[in-house]
Amino acid sequence: MNLENVSDMYCDVLKEIGNIGAGNATTAIASMLGVKVDMKVPSVKFMDVSEMGGALGDEEAMVVGIFLEVELDINGSMMFIMDMDSAHFLVNSLMMRDKSYMEDFDEMDLSAIKEIGNIIAASYLSALSGLTGMTISPSVPYLAIDMAAAILSVPAIQFGVMGDNALMIQTEFGDDYQVKGSFILMPDEDSYDKILKSLGVVM
Amino acid sequence: MAEVIKVGMADLKTGKAPDSLTTIGLGSCCGVTLYDPVSKIGGLAHVMLPDSTAIKNNSNIAKFADTGIQELYDQVIKLGASKIRLVAKIAGGAKMFEVSGAAAATINVGERNAQASRDKLKQLGVKIVAEDTGLNYGRTVILDCNTGDYTIKAVGKDPKVI
Repeated sequence: MNLENVSDMYCDVLKEIGNIGAGNATTAIASMLGVKVDMKVPSVKFMDVSEMGGALGDEEAMVVGIFLEVELDINGSMMFIMDMDSAHFLVNSLMMRDKSYMEDFDEMDLSAIKEIGNIIAASYLSALSGLTGMTISPSVPYLAIDMAAAILSVPAIQFGVMGDNALMIQTEFGDDYQVKGSFILMPDEDSYDKILKSLGVVM
Repeated sequence: MAEVIKVGMADLKTGKAPDSLTTIGLGSCCGVTLYDPVSKIGGLAHVMLPDSTAIKNNSNIAKFADTGIQELYDQVIKLGASKIRLVAKIAGGAKMFEVSGAAAATINVGERNAQASRDKLKQLGVKIVAEDTGLNYGRTVILDCNTGDYTIKAVGKDPKVI
């Protein structure tokens, strides 16, 4: 199947997954950090693979990327990307440091980011799993901090194998500070069909 | 007035001195350049995947090492570059995430991109004079058509000219 044929309904479904996922993530992070957290309705972006490098704005801006593999009923991978300010905010909250602390991340910080990424990713996966009735299991999280275009080349390549289009869910949550992140689900070709079938979407 | 020509993902462009060609944030993709030092004609391809024949949807020839480098070669020759003088440089092909499980094969596409680029250049008879590939970081690259210098910039590292 080709992503170009993705119906509006599929976009709506993804948006709903993004919505529930962001809700789950917000709750999880709020309880972990002990702060009040609010969220915005996410937007689903449908774009050409070649535009993906600039999908988050400045291609050379540093971003944090968390990559996980998913398996069982759905096979593929997923990625959560956030800007550096958001990562600093989350780590500072978790480490109970002052919000203005902007030093480079140390080993402990990186481990904390992985854990946050894990929680966020699992929140989305449980939304997807709840809607589709499928069992989905994530791997341990892998972390990279680099230029946005370089990080985004990873999902771009995965989508590139299937076609020329990619799907991205952009989300914001937070209270006095809005964490800006993007979520990208990359099921393999067979898994796309499975997701669509389980949702009753007829292509 | 020298122009900086931007090459996007899965894209290729050619240029002539005093212009330069650039592509931003190469991750697992490869930035392959062809350059003729006499006519000062250069080309840059941003290759995403190694093999067009392994994929059904392969309409964008710039996306693949085999078809993209061929197209770049044809374009620079058409512009007046000499087949004999043409030299190549390769950058990128990083492994952005240290994945060990099932996704490792797709994540390691960087190395396969670099290898496919080397193979294609060998087949075309173009000598690779410099290479900066692999490792685990993104690269922004600039080919200066005046000199053939290929500048590589990475986060937290000094720019490197190959």
